[in-house]
Amino acid sequence: MDWLNAGVQGVLLGGQYALLACGLSLIFGVMRIVNLAHGVLAVLAAYLSLVLVEQGLPLWLAVVVVVPVFAALGYAVQRGLFNPALAQVGGGARGGSGGGSRGAGELAPLLVSFGVAVALTNLLQVVFSADTRKIPTGGLASAGLPLGDLSVGVLPLITLAVAVAVIAAVQLFLARTATGRAMRAVADDAGAAAMMGVDPKHMYAVATALAFATLALAGVFVGMSTQFSSGYGDLVLLFAFEAVIIGGLGSLWGTLAGGVVLGLAQTIGAQIDPQSGVLAGHLVFLAVLVVRPGGLMPRSVPA
Amino acid sequence: MSVLEVTGLEVRYGDLTAVDGVALSLAEGETLAVLGANGAGKSTLLAALAGTHLPTSGTVLLDGEPVTRLPAHRRVRRGIVLVPEGRRIFGSLTVEENLLMGRFPKRAGPWHLRAVYDMFPLVAEMKDRRGSVLSGGQQQAVAIGRALLANPRVLLLDEVSLGLAPTVVTQLYDAVRRITAEGTTVLVVEQDLDQALRVADRVQCLLGGRTVLEAQAAGLDRDTVADAYFGITRGSRTDPTEA
Amino acid sequence: MSGPAAVAPSTPPATPPTAPTVTRGGRGSWVGGGAMLLVVVLLAAVVPYAVTLGALSSLVMLFALVILGTTWNLLAGYGGMVSVGQQAYVGVGGYALIQLADAVGAPPWAAVLAAGLVGAAIALPTSYLVFRLAGGYFAIGTWVVAEVFRLVTMQIDGLGGGTGLSLSAFRGTDRVERVAFVYWFALALMVAVVLGTYLLMRSRVGLGLTAIRDDRVAASSLGVAVDRGRRLVYVAGSAGAALAGALIALSTLGVTPGSIYSVNWTAAMIFIVVVGGIGTIEGPIVGAVLYWVLQQALAPLGTWYLVVLGAVAVAVVLLAPRGLWGLAAGRYQLFPTTHHVRPLAASATVAPRTGR
Ligand SMILES: Nc1ncnc2c1ncn2[C@@H]1O[C@H](COP(=O)(O)OP(=O)(O)O)[C@@H](O)[C@H]1O
Ligand SMILES: [Mg+2]
Repeated sequence: MDWLNAGVQGVLLGGQYALLACGLSLIFGVMRIVNLAHGVLAVLAAYLSLVLVEQGLPLWLAVVVVVPVFAALGYAVQRGLFNPALAQVGGGARGGSGGGSRGAGELAPLLVSFGVAVALTNLLQVVFSADTRKIPTGGLASAGLPLGDLSVGVLPLITLAVAVAVIAAVQLFLARTATGRAMRAVADDAGAAAMMGVDPKHMYAVATALAFATLALAGVFVGMSTQFSSGYGDLVLLFAFEAVIIGGLGSLWGTLAGGVVLGLAQTIGAQIDPQSGVLAGHLVFLAVLVVRPGGLMPRSVPA
Repeated sequence: MSVLEVTGLEVRYGDLTAVDGVALSLAEGETLAVLGANGAGKSTLLAALAGTHLPTSGTVLLDGEPVTRLPAHRRVRRGIVLVPEGRRIFGSLTVEENLLMGRFPKRAGPWHLRAVYDMFPLVAEMKDRRGSVLSGGQQQAVAIGRALLANPRVLLLDEVSLGLAPTVVTQLYDAVRRITAEGTTVLVVEQDLDQALRVADRVQCLLGGRTVLEAQAAGLDRDTVADAYFGITRGSRTDPTEA
Repeated sequence: MSGPAAVAPSTPPATPPTAPTVTRGGRGSWVGGGAMLLVVVLLAAVVPYAVTLGALSSLVMLFALVILGTTWNLLAGYGGMVSVGQQAYVGVGGYALIQLADAVGAPPWAAVLAAGLVGAAIALPTSYLVFRLAGGYFAIGTWVVAEVFRLVTMQIDGLGGGTGLSLSAFRGTDRVERVAFVYWFALALMVAVVLGTYLLMRSRVGLGLTAIRDDRVAASSLGVAVDRGRRLVYVAGSAGAALAGALIALSTLGVTPGSIYSVNWTAAMIFIVVVGGIGTIEGPIVGAVLYWVLQQALAPLGTWYLVVLGAVAVAVVLLAPRGLWGLAAGRYQLFPTTHHVRPLAASATVAPRTGR
């Protein structure tokens, strides 16, 4: 019975991880940047909605405010930080190593995002202290639906549903709209896309805006279900990353599967030994790395 | 007035001057072939016209308006459309999606998906395949079709023949002939002199980034061109001729 | 980004010699090398008698930072591998030191060196795991590995669980004697690591590595065993992090899993290398000194200090990607690893490049 319960909770937890992973996967797919600030940004979104709720805003309204604010932030971060970092790739940084932007040249964006992560994590600690917090949900977080002998949490269920909806929407956007098509074209060959009238810098910023919007939504769900603090972003980043890798880097649906596997590993691990849930997740991730033949060479497009 | 008017164009890569004071002009509906050996500066010239590599000096006028410093993506919206060397097909997009990228600049004109499929029936058959699985000739057809869907004011073609079998090249140049016949203004860069002469009204030869020969295509002496190619002077330079 | 770097070197000779001349270093290197030697002599022979014990302990931390920066630079600057998980080996080194000194009973100096070997021994199998990830994913992958190391350490009762271990090997040793020993040992270790890295970069292996960094595909086609080279760098760099971790534990007399496995070690390494100047031997030394000075000066700011650190790193990456050493010194090298070729004629050699 407990095992069944662990299984159900694990699957539901997977929804949260998939939602978290969406933005990481999108940014990487379009511009090959691994955004090491991904986790702390999600935590920032959680803090922001916490503040708004404490100011008396209803939670849904806080979400309606935070998500577009993060989209705008994503656009600005891309134009102000990541695009300049990308412009260095293969250029100045290490003398004329030149050549294509694929390969060893991910240094500058990676370092920039890590610097942002360090600065922001500690800024959050200065502002909000290291105490753990939780977004009040008015009982939603503890509500459960009876399912046989089990009780299925309403909030995790909503999170999973939102994750599925967000993934479907992003997937449709990439597959069916002209902008989504142009985004995939930029991911393939930014120079050739520019020859077709696409401004790669703008398109990157749109992708990051979209990624930040999904990340903010994920952050709010994390904040509602988990005791979080300024340092929680590290774990969020690792979980999102593990979901992406376990899912196989192929598509966002793969990421959903990866999130579910990670969630299951954690809840079943915790069932075996309450201290070892997170470790079990990490170990499953490493096992996937070992098992995959030839390692993982990421594909360029998440569609 | 010329559609495209280029004067004193100089383009550099660091210390290397790849295009050194080139001037050219394209009248409405005209087809100019730019010829030259490997490394003559042809692709660099096109890059400067398309805005993918900005020149250090000189001017590029499109319909009399300067576009010299405009970035590539904005130049396309004005109608300078490049089919680049090596095709640069989007590998993860389907053939049809590749073509639809030509509609991204939203330029009105005679070219539609249907028209491109009519011109390249083989492309129509492959419309749901991914770009990465196409043969070189198919890629070239898609690249040309993609550029046409942008309804170019000036179409720039860079070495359509590169790495393709002669029969394929001939088919592609049949298509180019039809495009020029529609009245599209075209600048072709070629190393294959025969194909270039099939479509060109005028010829301009580059050597070491400089213009060494300008001539009407009709009745052009092949030896003259060959000499210009390799920089042999026999005092037989043809005067620049007006179109 | 011009500055003195762009102006100083390469005036082609007026009359071309019969063969191109190849030089490494030059008079500047000798002068600079002499200055470095002087600094080391001062640190060894004068400083210990002129400052407080507290200052000496703090200098030990500086030496550990130089080792951390130098070895992270080996990974990222020469090997092209950005690891965000080097705290794994800082932790392994710290724990190994205490186990070797206390449980095994090795003398402290031997325990530190052995801790470095333990780091290398663990890094080798780990490399097979993390090398399955490319580029940015490698970075987070190494971080996961570091987390696994920390969590596993905390599960082992013999390693003190969540509270960690304290070092008892020095019990009964006079404090002055202990601090002085640790100081001199750390100084010697730092000099050895920097020189060792320098010699590695000058060797055939080092040149192959630079080739890997600049272009992996081309390097492999030139016959450089890409994976072997990267693995060597990963193992050597991780051994260095373990040595530093052992020194830190030796100096602070203990470890806790939270702090010895903290990602802040990697943050420090990245700051040191990026701000000092990536891909040079001198950069991490400059960066470590700056980090150390800032740490002392900004200590009253508390957490703000790390906010400033992160922001400065971002600014340097974007505005001065060659770091302080690159800005100040240009192509001048104290530790010449590259050769300067003066061509026969003054012709520019431009390699043809295709699209992208
Ligand atoms: N990206 C580049 N970087 C440096 N030099 C280049 C680059 N592209 C071309 N060149 C050089 O510029 C000159 C002209 O090249 P290009 O325009 O490609 O000639 P063509 O197209 O006529 O073969 C050649 O000497 C070539 O080596
Ligand atoms: Mg060319």
